[in-house]
Amino acid sequence: MSRTQKNSLLFLIMLAMVAGVGIVQSWNVALTIFNLCLISAIMSLGVNIQWGYAGLFNAGVMGFAALGGLAAIIISSSPVAATWEAGGMRAILGLLAGLFAIVIGIFTWKKTVTLEKKRYWPTMVVAVVGYALMRLIIDPAISTIEAIEPAKTGYLGGFNQPILLSWLVGGIFAAAAAWVVGKIALGLRSDYLAIATLGISEIIIYFLKNEDWLTRGVKNVTGLPRPVPYEIALQQTAWLQSWTDNFGLSIIEASSILVKLSYAGLFATVLVIILWLSETALRSPWGRMMRAIRDNEVAASAMGKNITWRHLQVFVLGSAVIGMAGAMLTTLDGQFTPSSYQPLRFTFLIWVMVIVGGSGNNFGAVLGGFVIWFFWIEAEPIGLQLMDLITSGMDESSPLRAHLLENAAHMRLMTMGLILLLVLRFAPRGLIPEKKR
Amino acid sequence: MTDILNTLALIGNFIIVPGLAYGSQLALGALGITMVYGILRFSNFAHGETMSFGAMATILITWALQAQGVSFGVLPTALLALPFGILITIALCLFTDRLVYRYYRSQRAEPVTYLIVSVGVMFFLGGLIRFIIGPNDQIFSDGTRFIMKVQAFKEMTGLSEGLAIKTSQGVTIITAIVIVTLLFWFLNRTRTGKSMRAYSDNEDLALLSGINPERVVMIAWIITGTLAAVAGTLYGLDKSYKPFIFLQLLLPMFASAIVGGVGNPLGAIAGGFVIAFSELIVTFAYKKVLAYLLPLSMAPEGLMQLLSTDYKFAVSFLILVIVLLVKPTGIFSGKTL
Repeated sequence: MSRTQKNSLLFLIMLAMVAGVGIVQSWNVALTIFNLCLISAIMSLGVNIQWGYAGLFNAGVMGFAALGGLAAIIISSSPVAATWEAGGMRAILGLLAGLFAIVIGIFTWKKTVTLEKKRYWPTMVVAVVGYALMRLIIDPAISTIEAIEPAKTGYLGGFNQPILLSWLVGGIFAAAAAWVVGKIALGLRSDYLAIATLGISEIIIYFLKNEDWLTRGVKNVTGLPRPVPYEIALQQTAWLQSWTDNFGLSIIEASSILVKLSYAGLFATVLVIILWLSETALRSPWGRMMRAIRDNEVAASAMGKNITWRHLQVFVLGSAVIGMAGAMLTTLDGQFTPSSYQPLRFTFLIWVMVIVGGSGNNFGAVLGGFVIWFFWIEAEPIGLQLMDLITSGMDESSPLRAHLLENAAHMRLMTMGLILLLVLRFAPRGLIPEKKR
Repeated sequence: MTDILNTLALIGNFIIVPGLAYGSQLALGALGITMVYGILRFSNFAHGETMSFGAMATILITWALQAQGVSFGVLPTALLALPFGILITIALCLFTDRLVYRYYRSQRAEPVTYLIVSVGVMFFLGGLIRFIIGPNDQIFSDGTRFIMKVQAFKEMTGLSEGLAIKTSQGVTIITAIVIVTLLFWFLNRTRTGKSMRAYSDNEDLALLSGINPERVVMIAWIITGTLAAVAGTLYGLDKSYKPFIFLQLLLPMFASAIVGGVGNPLGAIAGGFVIAFSELIVTFAYKKVLAYLLPLSMAPEGLMQLLSTDYKFAVSFLILVIVLLVKPTGIFSGKTL
């Protein structure tokens, strides 16, 4: 069996498993899993660009995905007129002041090279004064904005643009954050990047949870506009009614499946585009250079390649892809809930996908996204049934049985850890290994 | 004069005492990270979960002791359970090393491979902990809650500001001092400790002088396990035990280790206190302090807080960034274990 055949077979098995869920559970569940599989595949493509192409460890996937989610609110939700009037301009002014302070700070830093060690002081003064100025401008604006109907709005709202646009903007947000982190942490020892990204992702989440004027914080933004029609609207259309009558289907289920299929179509289009771009990049001279840098930094640098700059480039690109996937996720959910971002689910699970799929191979990353997401969801019912079976010999009222059944859901964390460790040990190249070129 | 004394009491109550306790907890955690870094040469992402595991083991034994009616008088029973918790955590560390890390040592794997492996261990331990004790808050402290109560301090000094010292804070600081003293005595005075420092400094040279690497690694894990169990339990006693908090603690602990210079125990301790005090100083509301120090007419209206308390983790990140930009090797660079 050739490699292509083997890989196609793996993808077919995966699709068959999703179809199996469709037959056993329901097609609605199967499509829900499938949609999230697609998004996970895009996220793991992003991580694969960083890790597989360049060997950079990004422990902050969660933060970049959340920035994508932020883009979805800012682009698509409708502006809240009352809050804009009360403090919108002032808030913007405050942000501009902050930006201005950063620019001046960098300018001071660059212009004071001659002071050597003493140049920390002027930069620090600029930073402190700039921060105080920003707080002075923005604080009153924030409290007025947050005080306006906090139960319903209490935030600025967005620009009321089509939510599809936010997928692009989400990528840009994540890329900007990645540029800052990369600028600081790249070029130092390899694990500093991991620690710095771990930090920035936590901070992004705290920011999104606490800056109510921008994101409503833990009150969540719900009811984001959708790029696809609503089920209710579909149910009223004549063509769907006659169609379901002909086939004898329930119109409610048919409409919901149709909505999920349209999401799947959108996500699959993005996945295919990104996959094609990544593959082309990997085959190009640029991809060859990245692999050379990854495999031997010293040699590549001797050949005149600017390692730090190339690392920064690939880090920003990968994060942009993650940000896009984050915006897509928020689009699919139709709401933005900062408290739902957990590092185990959003950072480390994506890592398991990349490693299991095969780091360095884009198709591997996609397959990994599918397989791991599938088992992440299905491990819960499977684990519960397994635990039920194991404990079936015990007394109904036994506290141990109750405890085991209650905590069975956490089995999936253990399973994921175990899968990661086993793959790293016995098949470090993953399901679809990187091609030798 | 009373205003100044009041200010001091205020700062003592909200910054110095909590800072010393939190700093000790961070320092112990960062020491564990530094120990693994110095000997095994990788950043251990599973360290937070190891701490959590140690705390969990101690909690389970504490409950068992409490059920037997055992108590430690005014001190928390958890201190009696701690030695057992330490032993269990050491067993866990040695077990994971035997099962997981040893293979990569034999392969002479890259540090970043170890890092990913430690993520796998973190995942597994996180699941195991939640499976055993559940994801919720656990309270296990008993004994007297305070060494010094606010009211008692006020009566003693006649000031209007109180200074409270919780038993858990006192216990934390004293335990940390004991553990750190023992550690430094071990590293600097004993033959085995010296061989560890030699191994950390120059692996090849140490091997040539007949130091057994597997033994050094084993002792490093024993120390790491001890530090992790103590740090986790003390943190749990002082705040409360929540499984998810330990993943968030990773950042301040890594920051502490890096600020002091990774691989340097003295640096890890200094870093722990730097991070802890910065967090408290930056998120403290200075309103009352200013009210005491300034004339009445100039008393501020707002809280006068530099950053809201929710952002305390951002402080450790900020310090980390500054250190990475200004002196990536840390304050005490050039010195290892």
